[in-house]
Amino acid sequence: MVANGPSFRLLPRLSDDVAFFWTSGEDGVLRFLQCNACQFFNHPPGPVCRRCLSRDLAPHAVSGRGRVETFSVNYQEWIPGSEPYILAWVSIDEQPDVRLTTNLVDVEPEDVAIGMEVEVVFEHADDVYLPLFKPTSDGGHT
Amino acid sequence: MSPRPQEEPLERRAIISGIGQSDIGRRLGRSEIDLTVEASLAAINDAGLTRDDIDGISTYPGMGVGTPGFSGPTTPEVQDVLGLRLNWHDGGGEGAGQMRAVIAASLAVAAGLARHVLVYRTVSEGTAQGEGGRQGIGGGGGGGKVPRFGGFMQWSLPFGAVSAAIWIAMVGQRRMHEFGLTREQLGQIAINGRRNAALNPKAIYSAPMAMEDYLAARMISSPLCLYDCDAPCDGSTAVIVSHRDAAADLDHPAVHINAVGTALRGRPSWDQFDDMTSMSARDAGASMWERTELKPSDVDTAQLYDGFSVLTMVWLEALGFCGRGESGSFVEGGGAIARDGLLPLNTAGGQLSGGRLHGFGFIHEACVQLRGEGGSRQVVRPGGRGPEVAAVANGGGPIAGTMLLTRGIR
Repeated sequence: MVANGPSFRLLPRLSDDVAFFWTSGEDGVLRFLQCNACQFFNHPPGPVCRRCLSRDLAPHAVSGRGRVETFSVNYQEWIPGSEPYILAWVSIDEQPDVRLTTNLVDVEPEDVAIGMEVEVVFEHADDVYLPLFKPTSDGGHT
Repeated sequence: MSPRPQEEPLERRAIISGIGQSDIGRRLGRSEIDLTVEASLAAINDAGLTRDDIDGISTYPGMGVGTPGFSGPTTPEVQDVLGLRLNWHDGGGEGAGQMRAVIAASLAVAAGLARHVLVYRTVSEGTAQGEGGRQGIGGGGGGGKVPRFGGFMQWSLPFGAVSAAIWIAMVGQRRMHEFGLTREQLGQIAINGRRNAALNPKAIYSAPMAMEDYLAARMISSPLCLYDCDAPCDGSTAVIVSHRDAAADLDHPAVHINAVGTALRGRPSWDQFDDMTSMSARDAGASMWERTELKPSDVDTAQLYDGFSVLTMVWLEALGFCGRGESGSFVEGGGAIARDGLLPLNTAGGQLSGGRLHGFGFIHEACVQLRGEGGSRQVVRPGGRGPEVAAVANGGGPIAGTMLLTRGIR
């Protein structure tokens, strides 16, 4: 058994530009800042679309499904009291060049593989909803 | 994407005229300014200069950034304690790797802003960490009022991705997936460093390391084990960057800067960079070769950053010493990277065994080798000649810089 993450969650500051992302999980939905002009998802969020420079940007819901691009099982106790936990870079299905650094949960290290399909689950910590990922419930392991 | 070619890259007007290094140790218990003065005076003396000749200063990063023991003294502190009168001064943590301070100095010299620039990098991470061991970036947690994080750290810290060890482990795992990289291949970087460190009196770790020792080491963040991570230490390295017309005054061969590599063409990010195996080393390496007539096959020794062993693999490919994805097989067995091999690598032990001098140890060792001052670890090329071209690389993730140094002008 590995943990879902470190013993203690260092949390983001909910500044105006990122608060939507870190609180999006309140209704169980993952959102990214999307350009209304060219539909490009911009992550991390910025004041203009990095593809077309439009300022017409708004948070937009995504499916919450993605793919493990790479991972690591962390053993070093950087944060005191932590048990081993799994980190991953997960790309989102809607735009695979958007990746989240995240934790994989409900899975053991020996069952993790690059390319495996995952879906978002949120961990509520103070006023933040951290997007973590677990193997897809419909077993999309191919 | 490349800038307009020039008749002669301006950095070629600069040489490294002197080098100096303080004592290096796990925990020296000396102040950073004390170590810096020791290294700086040694470098000034080595260049045949006095402090009155120094009219420029540069460092990486200064300004107290990062975890304790990381940043070294600021340039105003060093200027003041050495009583320097300066025409140019510079410091900072943003740019083409740790060597950005050397690159900036070379351009300042070429532009006539200064004639002799003292460039230093000082760490006291060994003493700062004490017995508590290596720290994550952003610190630990628990208890009391813990600060919230913004900027790029907010995207990694909440998930416990609190160290570059983890970010680079991700790249290592991806390389295993895409290229079939093995732990035994990674181990060759650590073992090669240890073998060379045995011939470096200042190295932190010099006891022999066998593959079974490497494979048995405790895991830090898979696939990286303890011996894939460099050894925090205390120490200071200094070099003097001078105009090349000072070369004739030296009592040793001048080390010429032939070309520098500074590009960052992908996204400036650990986790959003387009290629998850190469990082920005790819861009820095490519941009260096765009500025020189020399080729990877001209290089006699490579001093490639090994803050983590994976990074050296990345640099071997980024600088064209082997094809993309082929660094694992290139280092297989260790022969090609040994002192008598095709590409003698990290001949002072690198940071894994020599100590985490944070980039500048590689610059120092490249100069030692080009000047023929390596003693028992001196590289001798086929035919009995000394090395004439050295490649130096610093950094990982979105931080990357590289330089091609030559003995004499090329």
